[in-house]
Amino acid sequence: MKAQRLGAWIAIAIGAGYFIIPLLGTLEFSLRMRRGQYSFDAYQSVFSDIQFRETFGYSMMMAFLTIIFGMLLVVPTAYWVRLRLPQVRPVVEFITLLPLVIPAIVIVFGYLRLYNSSSILPLTGSTSGTNALLMFSYMTLSLPYMYRAVDTATRAIDVRTLTEAAESLGAKWPTILFRCIFPNVMSGVLSGSFITFAIVMGEFTMAALLNRPAFGPYLQLVGANKAYEPSALAVIAFAITWLSMGLIQLVSRFQKSAPAKA
Amino acid sequence: MKPGRPNAMTTTTAAAPLISKRAIIDWLGIAPFMIFALMFLIVPTLYLVTGAFLTPEGELTFKNIADLFTPSILSAYWISIRVSVASSLGGALIGFFLAWAIVLGGVPTWVRSGLLTFSGVASNFAGVPLAFAFLATLGRTGLVTVFLRDWFGFNLYSTGFNLLSFFGLTITYMYFQIPLMVLILTPALDGMKKEWREASEILGASTWQYWRMVALPILWPSLLGTTLLLFANAFGAIATAYALTGSSLNIVPILLYAQIRGDVLHNPNLGYALALGMIVITGISNILYIWLRMRAERWQK
Repeated sequence: MKAQRLGAWIAIAIGAGYFIIPLLGTLEFSLRMRRGQYSFDAYQSVFSDIQFRETFGYSMMMAFLTIIFGMLLVVPTAYWVRLRLPQVRPVVEFITLLPLVIPAIVIVFGYLRLYNSSSILPLTGSTSGTNALLMFSYMTLSLPYMYRAVDTATRAIDVRTLTEAAESLGAKWPTILFRCIFPNVMSGVLSGSFITFAIVMGEFTMAALLNRPAFGPYLQLVGANKAYEPSALAVIAFAITWLSMGLIQLVSRFQKSAPAKA
Repeated sequence: MKPGRPNAMTTTTAAAPLISKRAIIDWLGIAPFMIFALMFLIVPTLYLVTGAFLTPEGELTFKNIADLFTPSILSAYWISIRVSVASSLGGALIGFFLAWAIVLGGVPTWVRSGLLTFSGVASNFAGVPLAFAFLATLGRTGLVTVFLRDWFGFNLYSTGFNLLSFFGLTITYMYFQIPLMVLILTPALDGMKKEWREASEILGASTWQYWRMVALPILWPSLLGTTLLLFANAFGAIATAYALTGSSLNIVPILLYAQIRGDVLHNPNLGYALALGMIVITGISNILYIWLRMRAERWQK
């Protein structure tokens, strides 16, 4: 038993080293810009870069739109499948898992061939069309996470009883959906949203191949041309991921305590 | 009853259209989702898959598939497979020991919750920033490289080590592979019943015999399945590799990226075949993963 515990601590130490050293290395490197002493020059340089602000803002807006539209697509579908079409559940679940099977680069390759300017739906022909296509591609990427989060939340509530109660009180479909179902699956929607946010902020392939000025391609560009700024950006990106995941943990804690109160 | 409707309508014929109307509404409810999935997931993929079997003029051919077996493309697949296998095996091995340590190693609970939380974050920390992190750590002026040189007089780069290589890419990928393994394997290890261990001890089994004859036979579907998932995960990844090595390491996603950008293969339909090859490889490993997971879940009830 003693040896086992020692082995466990050795494993933890190796794992912790593997996880923490690159983070320390990044942090240290990002502070090294001024010769001979540590400073926040790299961060200053990043934050004063107008391209940083533009691409960051662009990706934030994209993440926001992706979450809104993803929510409007996923919540009614998950609700409807549970209420009326339980027999198509496996099919819908299978479709939502496809983005994990088909690599992102293959999906975007298909978009570029299918929606180019000489096709019936020339989305890539205009800026707003390409923006829309990028948003749809982000919705596709986040679909597995969004659907699973919302579906788990839908399982926890009694969809049928809620619907029947709302109907017998005279509620119409929009009321049922937006004032009854949405608030009840909010915890799932929120955790899906945070993971979508983390995915969209760091995404590179889709935005680069669709030629949109997003944060991911900007990161790559800075990495190819500068020395210390990339580390500062990596620290910022890690903070964003950490924040999103932290918020998910917080939300899921609320989710667990909610049924106890009811 | 509305005027103009035949009064002689029987109840059965009146009920039939009502049911089908309800069924239509039922199916209309998931129509937006189905249209979305068709437009942005299924049709684009099928377009590439069919394109792989067509000439640029639109005739059926298997030449594109045959052209995949030329040395330059084969070598791209080969290095992709090697990086994916190495990083998934390495990730699975270290991930397994970490999961074992937090479940059965008797470490305090804060270590367990800390490691699981961190794994949740790190498994999502991929892409371009991950490449930056490893460049800042193991690059030519990275923290570890400088530390080894200044304190031990050990020049890492004189040993032939290069971060922008097969080995460098593998250890970088392992940064998100290990946490993923920990996240998936911890519940599987949690599901190992104490009684199995006690029963085998009463029957006189050693720790080694318990692991070889009880624990591993139960765990192998989870272990193998998750390793396959890690494999597919690494195989489709591009952003980290692109930011780390540019185009110097010729893995399949980077070749496909170059092909999409500028038709480097001089045959658009060969590009489709390249994409098809990726779908086939990630598809097979995912199908095996799902099958193995179903096997593994038998024991978790």
